Amino acid sequence: MKRQVESAIEKFILLNGVACIFFVVLIFLFLAREGLALFKTFSPLDFLAGTRWYPISTPPKYGILPLFLGSLIVTLGATVISVPLGMACAIFIGEIAPRWLREILKAGVELLAAIPSIVIGFIGMMTLAPWVKYLFHLPTGLTALSGAITLAFMAVPTIVSIMEDAITAVPKSYRAGSLALGATHWQTIYRVVLPAASSGIVAAVMLGIGRVIGETMAVMMITGNAAVIPTTILEPVRTMTATIAAEMGETVQGSEHYFALFAIGLVLFVISFLINMTAGAFLHRERK
Amino acid sequence: MKISPQAKEKIAFLVLGIATCLVLIPVFVIIFILMEKGAQAISWEFLTAKPRMGMRAGGIFPAIVGTVYLVLGTVTAALPLGLFAAIYLVEYAKGNWLTRMVEVAIVNLAGVPSVVYGLFGMGLFVIFMKLGTSILAGSLTLAIMILPVIITASREALSTVPQSFREVSRALGVSKWQTIWHVVLPNAISGILTGTILGVSRAAGETAPILFTAAAFYLPKLPQSIFDQCMALPYHLYVLSTQVPNVNPKIQYGTALVLVGLVFFTNLVAIIIRARFRARKQW
Amino acid sequence: MVSEPLLKIEVKSLNVHYGSLQVLKDVTLSVNKNEILGVIGPANSGKTSFLRVLNRLIDLTPDVRVRGEVHLDGINIYAKMNAEEVRKRVGMVFALPQPLPLSIFDNVAYGPRRHGLHHAGKLAEIVEKSLKAAFLWDEVKDRLSTSGMQLSGGQQQRLCIARTLAVEPEVILYDEPCSGLDPISTAKVEAAMFELKKRYTQILVTNNVKQAARVGDRVAFFLMGELVEIDQAGRIFTAPRDKRTDDYVTGRFG
Repeated sequence: MKRQVESAIEKFILLNGVACIFFVVLIFLFLAREGLALFKTFSPLDFLAGTRWYPISTPPKYGILPLFLGSLIVTLGATVISVPLGMACAIFIGEIAPRWLREILKAGVELLAAIPSIVIGFIGMMTLAPWVKYLFHLPTGLTALSGAITLAFMAVPTIVSIMEDAITAVPKSYRAGSLALGATHWQTIYRVVLPAASSGIVAAVMLGIGRVIGETMAVMMITGNAAVIPTTILEPVRTMTATIAAEMGETVQGSEHYFALFAIGLVLFVISFLINMTAGAFLHRERK
Repeated sequence: MKISPQAKEKIAFLVLGIATCLVLIPVFVIIFILMEKGAQAISWEFLTAKPRMGMRAGGIFPAIVGTVYLVLGTVTAALPLGLFAAIYLVEYAKGNWLTRMVEVAIVNLAGVPSVVYGLFGMGLFVIFMKLGTSILAGSLTLAIMILPVIITASREALSTVPQSFREVSRALGVSKWQTIWHVVLPNAISGILTGTILGVSRAAGETAPILFTAAAFYLPKLPQSIFDQCMALPYHLYVLSTQVPNVNPKIQYGTALVLVGLVFFTNLVAIIIRARFRARKQW
Repeated sequence: MVSEPLLKIEVKSLNVHYGSLQVLKDVTLSVNKNEILGVIGPANSGKTSFLRVLNRLIDLTPDVRVRGEVHLDGINIYAKMNAEEVRKRVGMVFALPQPLPLSIFDNVAYGPRRHGLHHAGKLAEIVEKSLKAAFLWDEVKDRLSTSGMQLSGGQQQRLCIARTLAVEPEVILYDEPCSGLDPISTAKVEAAMFELKKRYTQILVTNNVKQAARVGDRVAFFLMGELVEIDQAGRIFTAPRDKRTDDYVTGRFG
C-alpha cells in the first residue's frame, strides 16, 4: 500500500518534470501548425525575402524583411550600447566596488530588472523620444535609435547579472597568482579574470541579445512602427514582435494575415531557440 | 610619453565607474520621474473608482483588480507545476538524456519572447480549448511563461538543503517522498517562495502575453468569474499612452506608478521573506 | 554450559561496485547477537560502504551494484525485505553529528512520527526512553523544545543515537561516530554503546584502533575492499594471524 503511494507520487512528479518538454514542443507545434498554414496560399520565398509588409493591400504582401531588419537594427543598436555598459558595470560590481557599494549597485540593477517593460517604454516615449527628436532635428523622436537606447537598458540587468556570476566564479588563486607577480589589479582583471570568464561573458551577451529581440511592448511604443526597410538608425522602424502585438487584434482567426503573424512568431521562436542553445552551450562550458 | 600601469589602472577604473553610473542613474531618474509626476494623480478616487469619460478621468480600480486576479491565477497554476518539476530535477532525476531534455526545455522556455507566449496562449487556451479571452486563459499563459523562474529558484532552494538531512531521514527507514515532504521542503520553502514571488511580480508587469488572451480595453463592470475578460494595469497603461488621444499625462504617470509600486511591493515581500528565513537558518 | 551465540547478521560473498570501481571484494562474515563488532582499516578500505550495505542506505548511491547476500535473522534483506523495513530494523549513526533543524524533542520523535505514531503521550514516552538510553536525558530534559543544533558536538551525537533508538531498531551501525568529538564526549558515547549492548547488536566503524580495542567484542580488519581477518578483539591486537593486520594495528601504516 505505502509502496504504491510512493511510486504513484514518483510518477506524478516525473510527469511535472516532463511537462516542461511538453510545453516547449507544444509551443513549437502550435506556431508551426498555424504559421506554416500561410504557405498554402503564400510563397515562402516571398515571405522570407519580400521587401513589403502590406497585410491589408490587395493583394496583401507579407514580406518579413522590413520587420526582420527593423528587429535587427534595434537589436544591434541595443547590443552596441548595452554590452560595453553592462560589461563595465559587471566588472565594477564584481571586482572593484567595495562590499557596501556592491550591494547597493546590485540592488540598483535588480531594481532596473524589476521595472515592467511597458513602464520603461512609456518613460522612453515621454522623455527620451523628445530628446532624440530635438537633438537630431527629426520630424519624430520615435526612431530605431530611441528603441535601441530603451532596449539597451532592459538588456543591461541580464548582461550584468550573468557576467558578474562568471567573473566572481573565477578562482581566487588566479588573481592571487597574477597580483603576486607584480601586476596591477587592472592588469589582472583584463589579462587573467576576463579571459578566464570568457565563456560566461559570451553567454551573457547572447542572453542579453535574446532579451532584446523578444521585447515587445516597449519597442512597440517607441520605435514609431513604420514597416519599411530602415536606411538609418534615425528612422521609425517596426520589429517582428511589435508587428504581432499590434496587428493580431485586428485579424480574423484563420485568415492569411492571422497565419502570417503566427509565421513571424515561428521565426522568433526559432531565433530565440538558437540563441538560447548557443548561450547554454557556453554556460555549460564555463561550468567545466 | 609612457603611462605607468598604476595610472592606467586609475583611468580604467574611472571609466568603469562612469559606465556604472550611466547604467544606474537612469534607474533612479525613472523612479524619480514616476514618483514626481505620478504622485499628483494618486488619490483615493484614482485607486478605487472606475475610469470615466473614455478613460480620460476617474480611476483605475478595475485594472488593479484585473491584475490581482491574473496574478493569483498565475501563481495557482505555476507554483505546483514548477515546484514538482524542480523536485523531479533535484530529487528524482538521474543523469540521463531525459533530465538533459528537461533542462534544455527550461532554458528555452525562459528565452521564448513574451509575445510568442501571447500567440501560443491565444492559439491553445483561447481558441483550441475554447476558454475565450478570459482571466483563466491569461493566467495559464502567464503561468507557462514564469514556469522557468519558479523552477530555477525552487531547484536552487532544494539543492541547498544539505544531503545529510536526506540521508539521516532515509536511514531511519523513512520513505523518499516523506523525506522530501517533511525534511527537504520545510528547509527550502523560503527560497521557493522568494522565487515564486519574483516570478509573479514579473507576470504582473507583462503586457504582451495577456494582449490576446485576457486583457480588455475597457469594461464597464468588474469580472464575475475566471471566464470573464479583465482590465489589467500594464495593458491599461499601454492603452492610455498609445490608443486614447488627449489623456492627461498625470493619469498615465499615475497608472505607471501604481504598476511599478505593485511590482516593487511584491519584490520587497520576497526580500523580507528571504531575509527572515536566512536569519533563522541554522545550517 | 556456554550456549552458542545467535547469529544476527550473515554476509555472504558480498561484492560492491561503484560504476567500474570495486569497493568490496567477496566479503563473508557474521555478526552475533548483542555483540559490538569493531570494523577497522585505513581510508578507502570499504568500511563505510560495508556499513551502508547492511541497512541498504547504499541503495541511494547512484550507479551502485551490490552482489552477494546479506541476511538479517536469516532473511535476505535485498531479496525478501524492502529497504525502509531494513532501515527501521538496522539504524545508523553518522560520522558527523547530524541533527535535523528541529527541536530536541522533534529530532527524536521524527522517526516514530513518520512511521505513523502521533499519540502525544506515547511519543513523550519514547523520547524520554531514547534520550535516557543515549545518556542525554539529564542534560536536556529541561529544554526539549530548543533546537537540537544548539547542543555541543558530543550532545548532538548522543541526540543522533537517541533518534536512531526511537524507531526501535535491532541493530545499530556507527560510522566513525567519534571522529569529530573530544575525548570526554567520546567516552560518553562509548559508555552509551556499552549500556546498549544489553538490547542491541552494534557495529562500529572507526579509524581509531584503540577505540575498537576498547569497545569491540570482536574486530574485523578491512584493507582495500577485502576482509583481511575477523577475530576476538584480544587476538586481533595481540596475536593477529595476518601480517597486514599486525602492521596496521601497531601503526606501521594507515
